[in-house]
Amino acid sequence: MQVEIVITLRESILDPKGKASHHALENLGFKDISSVRIGKFVQLDVDTDNPEEARKIAEQACEKLLANMVMENYEIRIPDNA
Amino acid sequence: MKFGVLVFPGSNCDHDAYHALKHIHGIDTTFIWHKESDIGDVDAVIVPGGFSYGDYLRSGAIARFSPVMNAVSDFAQKGGPVLGICNGFQILLEARLLPGTMMANEHLRFACKFVNLKCESRNTPFTSMVPDDTLLQIPIAHGEGNYFAEEDLRKKLEDNDQIVFRYTDDHGETTRLANPNGSVDNIAGICNKNRNVVGMMPHPERAVEKKLGSDHGKYLFESAVASLTTIM
Repeated sequence: MQVEIVITLRESILDPKGKASHHALENLGFKDISSVRIGKFVQLDVDTDNPEEARKIAEQACEKLLANMVMENYEIRIPDNA
Repeated sequence: MKFGVLVFPGSNCDHDAYHALKHIHGIDTTFIWHKESDIGDVDAVIVPGGFSYGDYLRSGAIARFSPVMNAVSDFAQKGGPVLGICNGFQILLEARLLPGTMMANEHLRFACKFVNLKCESRNTPFTSMVPDDTLLQIPIAHGEGNYFAEEDLRKKLEDNDQIVFRYTDDHGETTRLANPNGSVDNIAGICNKNRNVVGMMPHPERAVEKKLGSDHGKYLFESAVASLTTIM
């Protein structure tokens, strides 16, 4: 089954890419966007039909490699149609 | 005495490090491919700069799981001297051989220039011979050199004398303007608690010949030779 992971910088950490993009959006006339944070999207195909098991494997993958726990948070999503 | 220089796919300062050690300092030096699970009989390890594994995911994140890094980890835990330069520093952080983390440069640009470095601790195998009154001129070349540590870790680094290098202006002052990447407290290099593992963003191996602008990088390699000579 498919598992989606969204990795973002922790709130306390300055996100220069988000900040630069926000500036550019402001210059383009987007006045209603108050902040931009940029993260990573990771899609895993896990060999199981059990959502709990898939989540567990994805968690381990995040803790071990995909996210840097010093400065990043991750969120695991299992799409509804999975 | 023998030095080992690690080589990952994407390392690009491995030959510079080899040149500095072998040709400038006359030290027996060998390359160690990242797939090796044994680092052999080397007495010190250099983790060189570059873009290991294309810096995919995060700088150093994938390299740290190379087979050779287990051997380096064992070597470091036994007290073996390890110097991580630039991408090598990032790899040592990802491998948790050094504390803290690296972020993209505050201004988002790749920074490639000479900087002034104040050596804050001579109590490491790579800085023992740095003269007291010398501000080191060594080049940097990185896009992600913005060292970050939470406040409690910063205090620990300070208390344990683990901050090894800071960026300064021409007068040795750690000003914000002298900071090329936004790193916390102008930190350019640190060591572990046992002091045998050092990581730094500037490239000492690129500053070993006056004709290339500076030979201040030699102090680091001379320090390593001196400290190994004392042990051996």
